[in-house]
Amino acid sequence: MAVISYIQAVTQALREEMKRDDKVFVLGEDVGKRGGVFRATDGLYDEFGEDRVLDTPLAESAIAGVGIGAAMYGMRPVAEMQFADFIMPAVNQIISEAAKTRYRSNNDWSVPMTIRAPYGGGVHGALYHSQSVEAVFANQPGLKIVMPSTPYDVKGLLKASIRDNDPVLFFEHKRAYRLIKGEVPEEDYTLPIGKADVKREGSDITVITYGLCVHFALQAAEKLAEEGIDAHILDLRTVYPLDQQGIIEAASKTGKVLLVTEDNKEGGIISEVSAIISENCLFDLDAPVQRLAGPDVPSMPYAPTMEKFFMMNPDKVEKAMRDLAEF
Amino acid sequence: MAENRHKSLGLSDEEVLDLFRTMLMARKIDERMWLLNRAGKIPFVISCQGQEAAQVGASYALDRTKDYALPYYRDMGVVLSFGMTPQDLMLSGFAKAEDPNSGGRQMPGHFGQKKNRIVTGSSPVTTQVPHAVGIALAGKMEKKDFVSLVTFGEGSSNQGDFHEGANFAGVHKLPVIFMVENNKYAISVPVSKQLACEKVSDRAIGYGMPGYTVDGNDPLAVYEAVKAAADRGRNGEGPTLIETVSYRLTPHSSDDDDRTYREREEVDEAKKKDSIVTFANYLREQNILTEEIETEMNEEINQIVNDATDYAENASYAEAESAMKYVYEENEE
Ligand SMILES: Cc1ncc(C[n+]2csc(CCOP(=O)(O)OP(=O)(O)O)c2C)c(N)n1
Ligand SMILES: [Mg+2]
Repeated sequence: MAVISYIQAVTQALREEMKRDDKVFVLGEDVGKRGGVFRATDGLYDEFGEDRVLDTPLAESAIAGVGIGAAMYGMRPVAEMQFADFIMPAVNQIISEAAKTRYRSNNDWSVPMTIRAPYGGGVHGALYHSQSVEAVFANQPGLKIVMPSTPYDVKGLLKASIRDNDPVLFFEHKRAYRLIKGEVPEEDYTLPIGKADVKREGSDITVITYGLCVHFALQAAEKLAEEGIDAHILDLRTVYPLDQQGIIEAASKTGKVLLVTEDNKEGGIISEVSAIISENCLFDLDAPVQRLAGPDVPSMPYAPTMEKFFMMNPDKVEKAMRDLAEF
Repeated sequence: MAENRHKSLGLSDEEVLDLFRTMLMARKIDERMWLLNRAGKIPFVISCQGQEAAQVGASYALDRTKDYALPYYRDMGVVLSFGMTPQDLMLSGFAKAEDPNSGGRQMPGHFGQKKNRIVTGSSPVTTQVPHAVGIALAGKMEKKDFVSLVTFGEGSSNQGDFHEGANFAGVHKLPVIFMVENNKYAISVPVSKQLACEKVSDRAIGYGMPGYTVDGNDPLAVYEAVKAAADRGRNGEGPTLIETVSYRLTPHSSDDDDRTYREREEVDEAKKKDSIVTFANYLREQNILTEEIETEMNEEINQIVNDATDYAENASYAEAESAMKYVYEENEE
């Protein structure tokens, strides 16, 4: 099996889906000739032409809204937001339109569209090139939000998102793009949206997280294993709607749960995970559910001192895991 | 006899009579909705009154077997032209399960019916504009020759989605007809406080498309402009912006009181230009709308509206628990 990077898995999934189904097309800023500012659509313009790899005007509400129109017609647009931070001008289209189209039309119309966006910090991107925006959309029934951690999951879940008949927000961690590599089958496969995945079996503590933080938790778990602490790690993969069963099972397994995100703490995905655990797992818990998250400041600052202070890393996760194990 | 203006547009006597009949149907359904609202039977009405000529004139200029309509809440004339029935509209007014727009989920005026290519709409204004562009883009990709007609108010033409959608369509030369139904008000705010330019159509040049302002009380003028725009679109020449100027003859909605912001004299003056009156006059002058035909038409429409009202009033509401359905695709057998 070939070892490829996280971003190569994105490109591979896009290429294969565009080959498989000529209703699939890509639109966004600089996605054409340039192949995307991160190069996620590299080579697609040459392979599929400018009509299927569309350089749009710099206008996010139109990228989303035009995508919605094309999807309602029966196409399968894959829209790219250049950075998740710049999805904000498109929020009305995503929440008022894409999320509600099927429901408001009583199942007459639907929006089979995927919106991809690079999110996350640790890249000297400062306030507006570092954000995690999933919580903005994670109370909007009608949307699905996928945030994969590995190249294998990227390929399988991006393909599933493109084939899904409802709108999917697909958030890719921009630091994972080249940092994270992994084995990815060359053949076609999809992974189920809405299913969390156990990334490490363990019996002492449970860590539930998603995105790049999965790797921080895995690294921390290897170190802690040397100290005899055996961590169970659940990767949410889909952060909305959540895999309740998977969360309950993982939490109940060890009775000690640490939830990790690089997003701000209050009102985030992990707070909802915590609520699910408290509703369902009271008698299985041996410690209060812990949340490890970014601070509640608007976004990640630029200066390295402050960026490091905000950004999640393996050391912070390791410390929180050890503290919980010792509770 | 006054000059015949429809023949040169390629419209037969029968066609203009049918066009008028649809305008009148929209008006009569709308009037009935108000009565039902004031009688406490339906919670909300938002009117087409004063805009029927623009709505029906534009729709009749399209190929209603393949073109797409993205109407806004006043467009009863558009959706009737595209195949929605009076009964469908009444079912929506009463929020009943059989309402094809939304099964009673949305307020009246939030149109949508896939089988007639009426694209589902929402309440936040102007969001439908980029959708029309997306549908036209899909048509171009699929090598189809349909056009999309998207309508909205002059106040709504200030939204960013108008700008973003129009610019996108201009850049990609897409067959979209942007039609602004300028009725002089956005709720209480007059057009002078909405636009710094003289006409909404002045904005077209910024998007590399032609812009026209036409008399929205004259269905033939609107027909002509939209027909030319549709031809342009089908020929690959890109989008067109058309502004139809008329007047909102009713308050903004059943919850509004327009006496708080405009003079009765102004409304009375506008009523003299009401297309239901003026176009009927034209058809009478042409001996197309004879007394006999007119009586028959009125009776027929009244009967249809009565039947539609009765049917909708007696129809069932959706089951309460059905509110849980269709958040996502469901695989039912
Ligand atoms: C985004 C948004 N803001 C405010 C409203 C409330 N609202 C509904 S209709 C309307 C006025 C619209 O005026 P115009 O576009 O001229 O259309 P008209 O009603 O006159 O046909 C307003 C402010 C809304 N529906 N959507
Ligand atoms: Mg208006």
